[in-house]
Amino acid sequence: MGKPIEITNENFEEVVLKSTDPVLVDFWAPWCGPCRMMGPIIDEIAEETPSIIVGKVNVDDEPELATKYDINSIPTLLLFKSGAVRNTLIGLHTKQDIINEIF
Amino acid sequence: MYDCIIIGKGPAGISGAIYISRSNLKVLVIGKDDTALKKAHLIENYYGFENPISGEELFENGIKQAKKQNIDIKNDEVVDIKWNNNTFAVITVNSEYEAKTILLATGKSRNPANIRGVKEFEGRGISYCAICDGFFYKNKKIAVIGSGEYAIHEAEILKNISDDVTIFTNGRELPQNRSVEITNYIEGKIDAIKGKEKASKIVLEDNTEYDIDGIFIAEGTASSVDFAKKLGIFLDNNNIKVDENMQTNIPGIYAAGDCTGGLLQISKAVYDGAKSGLSIAKKVKNI
Repeated sequence: MGKPIEITNENFEEVVLKSTDPVLVDFWAPWCGPCRMMGPIIDEIAEETPSIIVGKVNVDDEPELATKYDINSIPTLLLFKSGAVRNTLIGLHTKQDIINEIF
Repeated sequence: MYDCIIIGKGPAGISGAIYISRSNLKVLVIGKDDTALKKAHLIENYYGFENPISGEELFENGIKQAKKQNIDIKNDEVVDIKWNNNTFAVITVNSEYEAKTILLATGKSRNPANIRGVKEFEGRGISYCAICDGFFYKNKKIAVIGSGEYAIHEAEILKNISDDVTIFTNGRELPQNRSVEITNYIEGKIDAIKGKEKASKIVLEDNTEYDIDGIFIAEGTASSVDFAKKLGIFLDNNNIKVDENMQTNIPGIYAAGDCTGGLLQISKAVYDGAKSGLSIAKKVKNI
């Protein structure tokens, strides 16, 4: 699949809600240490898992999306299927933990 | 700029400092005197002591040994570590220092906070990182649970986000000579944190209830595990994960002793300190 998609308020519906494939969304911010460490892991998942779409929401730029999905702590991963949140994983996790717990 | 700053002056920290110093590198050890070792009454299972030695004496001997080797040791409390590309800023109650590498060796709290509701609401109104998650509580009612300089430091960060920040000391007293004047604090013992989807209330043992939007945990002195959570260091069962060189997943940050898990023994802490000290020396010489 390649790289994660930058998700914004504008493209959220198109990329996440209308997707027929599962979408993994990483809520992050540049000032957050654990988010910085999880970034490369999310990139790897995007690279290695073609069956899902991977997106990233910078909460600093897109606070409305963070509020809408009640994000209180970052990093938070949400797994969307058919436009609805199916799973949530809060905090820094290894790639294996993410794969085991969220999919 | 130090080649390495070691946080913690117990057996892991001091052993690490000795190995780094003997490699002709500039090392600073920062720590408080309240280590687990000092609480050990008599040590009878450590190599080389014909007669048992008290933990306090062994601790003091370690510091004397390091000082004799001209190692710089400061009795101070680290409240934050910041990562700026390839260097690290270590913020203490009294000062700030810079280093190329960090060794986390604070030991591990033997009595972690056990407030009802904390585990349940982690990530849902309860956070361990003011810098990471303060953003979500702009102009909201924020509580910091803790009673030391670490709690005061977290509260100061959060005061930039909201005017409504209260420290809940959970039955303890704030430091007498604190670095910042604190007026907004509650000293009652906490019974539980309650809420539905999210934490929304702190209930004291006397049944007083306080509505809150967000709670930040900063109890006691910040430990290696607390720093790890903020920096993005992997933990395994609340122990810091290190590789064969005692390095964490953040290049340049190492960990040694009790905070990495395994045997909570002096012999293991000394080994970890030596191993990490040698690894750090090798790393710094290759920078």
